[in-house]
Amino acid sequence: MSSELHTDIAIIGAGPAGIAAAIAACAQGAHVTLVDDNPRPGGQIWRGGPSQAPASASSTFRQLADSQARLLSGFRVAAIPAPGQLLLEDPHRAQVLRYGKLIIASGARERLLPFPGWTLPGVTGAGGLQALVKGGLDVRDQHIVLAGTGPLLLASAATLRAAGAQVLLIAEQAPWSQLARFGWALKAYPAKLAQAASLAWQLGGVPYHHASHVLAALGQTRLEGVQLQLGARTLTLPCDWLGVGYGLLPNTELLRALHCQISQGAAEVDALMQTSQAGIYAVGEATGIGGVDKALLEGRIAGLAATGAAAAAQALAPKRKRQLAFAALLDKHFALQPAITQLAQPDTLVCRCEDVSHASLQLFDSWREAKLQTRCGMGACQGRICGAACESLYGWQGSGDRPPLLPTRLGSLLEPTLAKANPT
Amino acid sequence: MKVQLFIDGQAHLATLGSNLAAALAGLPGRCSVSGQPRAALCGMGVCFECRVTIDGQPHQRACQRVVYEGMEVAREL
Repeated sequence: MSSELHTDIAIIGAGPAGIAAAIAACAQGAHVTLVDDNPRPGGQIWRGGPSQAPASASSTFRQLADSQARLLSGFRVAAIPAPGQLLLEDPHRAQVLRYGKLIIASGARERLLPFPGWTLPGVTGAGGLQALVKGGLDVRDQHIVLAGTGPLLLASAATLRAAGAQVLLIAEQAPWSQLARFGWALKAYPAKLAQAASLAWQLGGVPYHHASHVLAALGQTRLEGVQLQLGARTLTLPCDWLGVGYGLLPNTELLRALHCQISQGAAEVDALMQTSQAGIYAVGEATGIGGVDKALLEGRIAGLAATGAAAAAQALAPKRKRQLAFAALLDKHFALQPAITQLAQPDTLVCRCEDVSHASLQLFDSWREAKLQTRCGMGACQGRICGAACESLYGWQGSGDRPPLLPTRLGSLLEPTLAKANPT
Repeated sequence: MKVQLFIDGQAHLATLGSNLAAALAGLPGRCSVSGQPRAALCGMGVCFECRVTIDGQPHQRACQRVVYEGMEVAREL
């Protein structure tokens, strides 16, 4: 059976940015459709939906529930059949969504970089482990090591601890000098400083090592331990889980497929959040990693701008300056140390989908050449994980995104043709 | 409250509302193209490492699905 949906404003991603955009656009009287890949709205920061979100999120969820927005959870964007149309797929069916304006709130993923043993079950992203725990993973009395960089390590540690895990230590790759400067700069952001203080309090007793990183995950068929570089010394620790994440990266696949201008890995937008393509807006982490307050503000601006409330949107625009300054702080103070991109050994796999090793990739000069010869980046994740790794390790830029944006059923790709044949 | 799901035909109990990748943790997972054991990595639908067959539908990301009564999960070997 075939069907087509119509909406004034299509919003991709139901995290804070997408929800804020939906609320603002609905208040203007527009018909809004909010499409999200996850089982419940909330994005990654409020993963698990209203029942699990912090109190600060509850009014946002309530406003969404009270709005007329149509929420399509569990749907991903598979392809772009024609301008103004998206092909959506869920586990059971495919649908074409026709829209007037599009707001992309595709969020971010973790930067995951290869090191010996990183493919062992039990090794996850740092935010990835937090997401699994929010999804009900039982970590009571489990011994956990977190490593990587950025404030997410602290947030993840707090979630794990609250779930009963024993967080053995946190290894932050940034040196103390950078962390101190970041802490000092936080003075200008009292709310964020309070948040950091609260996290520090919740993490009392968990050793936090700066200028430190994971060297290798140990184990045969599952993680059994971790070898760490802690400042000048090395340490081997047995553990049940190892969460490693080197900051966040904007999800730009859909933006690239729509030919929106990308600069330094994030969508380029004007003061009203419009991308280089008229009628297509980008908000939240997709325009640069800056956290939940930036996401909520940008969502609101785009929701207003896309529904013709330009003056109201314009009035909010100056507030972005402060959020962008915070984003720049994050970027600067948690920049990767050179050692992090030199952890892979010749036999360490870089592309986990096609099992392509560091040694075999070092033979090539470009992403395209490596793809043609090794299938690196051509597996199930379509380069979503190894793309960032290859950029960090070899300096390769992606070679452009082509639909389908994710592995998609053949039947789903036929949907636009069927919809045309049987219009509803 | 618990729901019963079947993993490779074996009955397992999982907490109602929990995520399938969380329910599968600790159980043998997928094998990679060269036969290495793999399990959930990103936890948020990006890496596809946790993919399983659910009720006959292949390549479903376990981390993006909530468990339900009678869910039939098959590992992809």
